[in-house]
Amino acid sequence: MTVVTVNGIEQKIQVDPATPLLWVLREQLQLTGTKFGCGIAQCGACTVHVNGVAMRSCVTPVSVVVGQNVSTIEGLALSADELHPLQQAWIDEQVPQCGYCQSGQLMSAAALLVQNPSPSDTDIDDAMSGNICRCGMYSRIRKAIKSVAGAQQVESSAADSLEGETNG
Amino acid sequence: MGKWTRRSFITAGVIAGGGLIVGVAIRPGNRATKLSKHVTDDGETLLHTWVKLDSNNVVTAIVPHSEMGQGVGTALAQMLADELDADWNLVEFEEAPAISEFANYPMGKGMLFVGLDMPDFVVPTVDGVLIRTAQALDLQITGGSASVRATGAYGMRIAGAAVKEMLRIAAAQAWQVPVDQVVARDSQMIHEATGRSEPYSAFATAAAQMTPSAAPVLKTPDEFRIMGRNVQRHDLPSKVDGTALFALDVRVPNMVYATVKRAPTFAGGVENIDDTVTRSMPGVVDIVELPPANVSALLGAFSSAESVAVVAEGYWQAKKGMDALNIQWSATDNDAVSSDTIFEQFDRDISAGIDFKSDASQGNVAASIADAAQVIEADYRVPYLAHTCMEPLNATAVVKEGFCEIWIGCQSPLSFRQAVADSLGFDVENVTLNNCFMGGGFGRKSRPDYAIQAAQLAAKIGRPVQLIWSREEDVRQDFYRPAVQSRFRAALDQEGNLTAWENTYAGKMEPTAAPLVPYTVTAKEIGHVPSPTHVPLGAWRSVDHSQHGFFTESFIDEVAIAAGQDPYEYRAARLKHLPRQLAVLKKAATEAQWGVPLAPGRGRGIALQECFGSIVAEVVEVTVNDGDLSVDRVVAVIDAGYAVSPDGMKAQIESGIIYGLSAALYGEITIEDGAVAQSNFHDYPSVRMSKAPAIETYIINSGEAMGGAGEPGTPPIAPALANAVFNATGERIRELPLQKSVMNV
Repeated sequence: MTVVTVNGIEQKIQVDPATPLLWVLREQLQLTGTKFGCGIAQCGACTVHVNGVAMRSCVTPVSVVVGQNVSTIEGLALSADELHPLQQAWIDEQVPQCGYCQSGQLMSAAALLVQNPSPSDTDIDDAMSGNICRCGMYSRIRKAIKSVAGAQQVESSAADSLEGETNG
Repeated sequence: MGKWTRRSFITAGVIAGGGLIVGVAIRPGNRATKLSKHVTDDGETLLHTWVKLDSNNVVTAIVPHSEMGQGVGTALAQMLADELDADWNLVEFEEAPAISEFANYPMGKGMLFVGLDMPDFVVPTVDGVLIRTAQALDLQITGGSASVRATGAYGMRIAGAAVKEMLRIAAAQAWQVPVDQVVARDSQMIHEATGRSEPYSAFATAAAQMTPSAAPVLKTPDEFRIMGRNVQRHDLPSKVDGTALFALDVRVPNMVYATVKRAPTFAGGVENIDDTVTRSMPGVVDIVELPPANVSALLGAFSSAESVAVVAEGYWQAKKGMDALNIQWSATDNDAVSSDTIFEQFDRDISAGIDFKSDASQGNVAASIADAAQVIEADYRVPYLAHTCMEPLNATAVVKEGFCEIWIGCQSPLSFRQAVADSLGFDVENVTLNNCFMGGGFGRKSRPDYAIQAAQLAAKIGRPVQLIWSREEDVRQDFYRPAVQSRFRAALDQEGNLTAWENTYAGKMEPTAAPLVPYTVTAKEIGHVPSPTHVPLGAWRSVDHSQHGFFTESFIDEVAIAAGQDPYEYRAARLKHLPRQLAVLKKAATEAQWGVPLAPGRGRGIALQECFGSIVAEVVEVTVNDGDLSVDRVVAVIDAGYAVSPDGMKAQIESGIIYGLSAALYGEITIEDGAVAQSNFHDYPSVRMSKAPAIETYIINSGEAMGGAGEPGTPPIAPALANAVFNATGERIRELPLQKSVMNV
């Protein structure tokens, strides 16, 4: 029996521990939002978070994530009726075309913003270049990430100034 | 026209002088009865094949195209809703089920009577003979950038307008007032004099008893309220939270997983399989040989060799089992063929000129060349290309007691359904096809080989099967964009005028117009010689335009340079007879600040191509630094007549540019020992975020007939890029991809 925690829920599964996490998610746990694209960590369609860090689930044996916190696109929204700001930005910027790569794109972007709330263009390039979009929506993805990063910056600077006033 | 009467068809008589087939009408006792069970729930009344109106006043546009990323449902729903004067908040859409009553008559009509380019894979599905005689069309195809310009223009708009007319008449009768006093607005019928107002749905039942108008009055662009507006795509919320249903996400109880492999040389059969190791592996259910698939001309004409499938309780087990198989494939006549021998063959066949067929001929080329002040010659080449849709090919099938149900993402549900039925020996009525969102299509998902494999596997195994191709199989068993060689000779007079344009290339698919040039020339001879290879070919985003755009727009650049003139000015001076093309080219040059000098190491290139009813020009800016190429900026201008969904059109252009840029920079399928040498994204790369240029797209609404958007963005990018590299470095790129040249891309 292998025990993994996915989107905060502990799951017990009967599986060869060498099985890539991707197939455990899709076939055992019915979490099909994470996609298969290449099987060799080249395209990023299978990106999930392990302890908040973006990882390619197609080459990550499930044994590696035992005892770790895995989160998938199904767990990205803040609550049942509140999307993650990136998901909302993806809709606002009309990012997806076929949509197949977007779970992976969103998970990579979300991991980036956790580590670096105000990424430069180069930071975005570095974090996102493991994710292929054959529909080529890169400029919209970039714009959507920046809109969220920008909003966070505005929020934090507003908070800063508020704090300053209080202190002053 | 036999059983089809004029009154049966809602759009009959719309065609000038014709009155032939058109859209499907819905009347009691007609197709509606048969159709309604597929698309209506309780409380809904079916008004028209493409329109549904429920008791809550919600209008549903029933869209006979597949969603592969292009936002087709939303644009078509906009066209219908606008003519219907519906409240956009009360509009939904669904994809038409794959049954022949939903055959896409407007698309057939658009292609038959309006002279739209018909993609090759369309032709066989409707039978060329019948096309010519304008009879039964069995279409439900997504391709040829045809959704908006054919289905939308000839189906959705007319359906919306006709339904509105019926509802107005029904309201007028109910209220006992003249029809011309009834106003339709935001899904309400209104009679202002008496202050009456009721939702459309109140009149749905009465309207369903009427014969719809054959030629309803359509709006003029100044009356559009929903067309021309940026509306949010309906399908996106499900594409940001993982809930969008792709075929790969289908789950059927008791399902097993399978993966397949065919001979790398395409035609080879199975000589021997050593499956000892695989059979002992945990989870492996069976190892199955599937027969060759031969699909008739009617359904897309191809034959593929035997395949070997490994079936297991999970995909990973199936894949591992496949990797452990030792398969000996039989030898073929092509086992020594390579890309080198193929291009040698093209070169020979072009030189020999045997069976030359002309695409366009004008004046006396030989005389112009004899009198020329300058003759320029060049050979261009492009390689085979794979499609690499993000979603690998897959299908889920259940075969039980003479029935088959299949879940798939495909561009041609009706012909897939027929092909599956044929492969199982079933009547087509006993096959149900559920078309899911496609994770990319680009032409690949118009060939039903993967559907046939899944159905045959399910029949053999006796359990539901989800067949998933590995990426390696996807790259190695594609229907490829052809490799092509194209030879040019141009003659210039003393003033640099173009007096002859001679072009012979090896390998022709379609559309016929792809190699034609719009520029004024005294004499021209453009044509092709046959030079078949064993490599399977298919439609690839923009089809022949993808290579000919590169050939002709690069060579005209060479001609301009040889004439000592600016490449943009040279083109513009030869487009005076084509004001739309000239306007598009000029707009691109202006927005790109053409003529404003760039720093050393930087360069600009321009290209123009008309395809699928739209005209696109692109200007590319590059920097070449120590042999490192960076694509900095792309300016694109499209005249597609009218942009129904402007942001959607821009997204399509951006997409077409990046798809074409991937091919121009890296895309190359090579043949070694008769087989494809590449296998996955590491050796068949795509443009990634860090290499993606800034793209600015400008739309010209010329008011001409609507053109497509899915494909026209692709052809100009490669030549504009190659011309920019020349401008920056003086190196002329005559062979793609650019990574073959000295540059680091």
